[in-house]
Amino acid sequence: MRGDEPTDENWVDPEIIRPYVVTRGRTQPAHGRFDLISMALAVGPPPGPDAGLDPEHLRILQLCREPKSVAEIAAYLDLPAGTVRVLLGDLFDRELVSAQEPRSEVDMHDIKMYRAVLDGLRSL
Amino acid sequence: MAFARSERPRLPTAIKILIAGGFGAGKTTMVGAVSETRPLRTEEVLTDRSIGVDDITSVEAKRTTTVAMDFGRITLGNDYVLYLFGTPGQERFWFVWDELAEGSLGAVILADTRRLADCFPSVDYFERRGTPFVVAVNCFDGSPSFQLDEVRLALQLDPSIPIVMCDARKRDSSREVLITLVKHSARLRAEPVGS
Repeated sequence: MRGDEPTDENWVDPEIIRPYVVTRGRTQPAHGRFDLISMALAVGPPPGPDAGLDPEHLRILQLCREPKSVAEIAAYLDLPAGTVRVLLGDLFDRELVSAQEPRSEVDMHDIKMYRAVLDGLRSL
Repeated sequence: MAFARSERPRLPTAIKILIAGGFGAGKTTMVGAVSETRPLRTEEVLTDRSIGVDDITSVEAKRTTTVAMDFGRITLGNDYVLYLFGTPGQERFWFVWDELAEGSLGAVILADTRRLADCFPSVDYFERRGTPFVVAVNCFDGSPSFQLDEVRLALQLDPSIPIVMCDARKRDSSREVLITLVKHSARLRAEPVGS
């Protein structure tokens, strides 16, 4: 049927749509603004099967047993960072992860931070 | 093992450093040389979320682009994690550069003496933005050897901006570049932390 043919108006690259299927079409997290280096850590007991979480949520919780950034989660799960932001927002809402918004956390005038980074680099 | 809520540990503070430079200047090589894992790759799908896209209908209506970024992680004790991000090679992705540069400690601009002009856009960008940066001249086998002064002149760098030679393949050399940047950034934004 002609009407089913993709046209310039309605054709969508499946590679683009796929990430948003995972988030059920959402492109913005319900809560929180996570940038690429926002850190997340799983907290609380692991959720049961009736928690209504998707496999991607559970994979994030598993990864975040140690602190991980949005960028790392995206890389290990092979999902775009935007998708991870949305999923993290869900987990944050349910208090299953603690997360941090670095822009408000890092003080670029804090001499202690520079010293710690230098010491860390020197001991590599 | 998940942590009980009562013993919730403090999250480490994440810090980022950008590794910029022209295509093939050795950005991903440097990221890999100092990071604790092989370089990782993350993708941003640009659907212009800055203007508030909130459902799939809008995604349909927009042209979208995927930008890939290579990055690495260096864990610095319990309190800090340093992320090194290679900047996307094409300057049309300024949107991503802005997100990366926001809140960053600074940038390393890798210069390839065979294509010195390739790092002009990076120098311009970080100067304009006021992001602390250093220039690291990546010494490739067989690349023309220049004096650092010549490179500084060619790039019209302010005398206050550090410029160093490096071998981006080598961990020690890349680490020294990062140390130079951290000291430079501290001088500009905090106070000197020794020589």
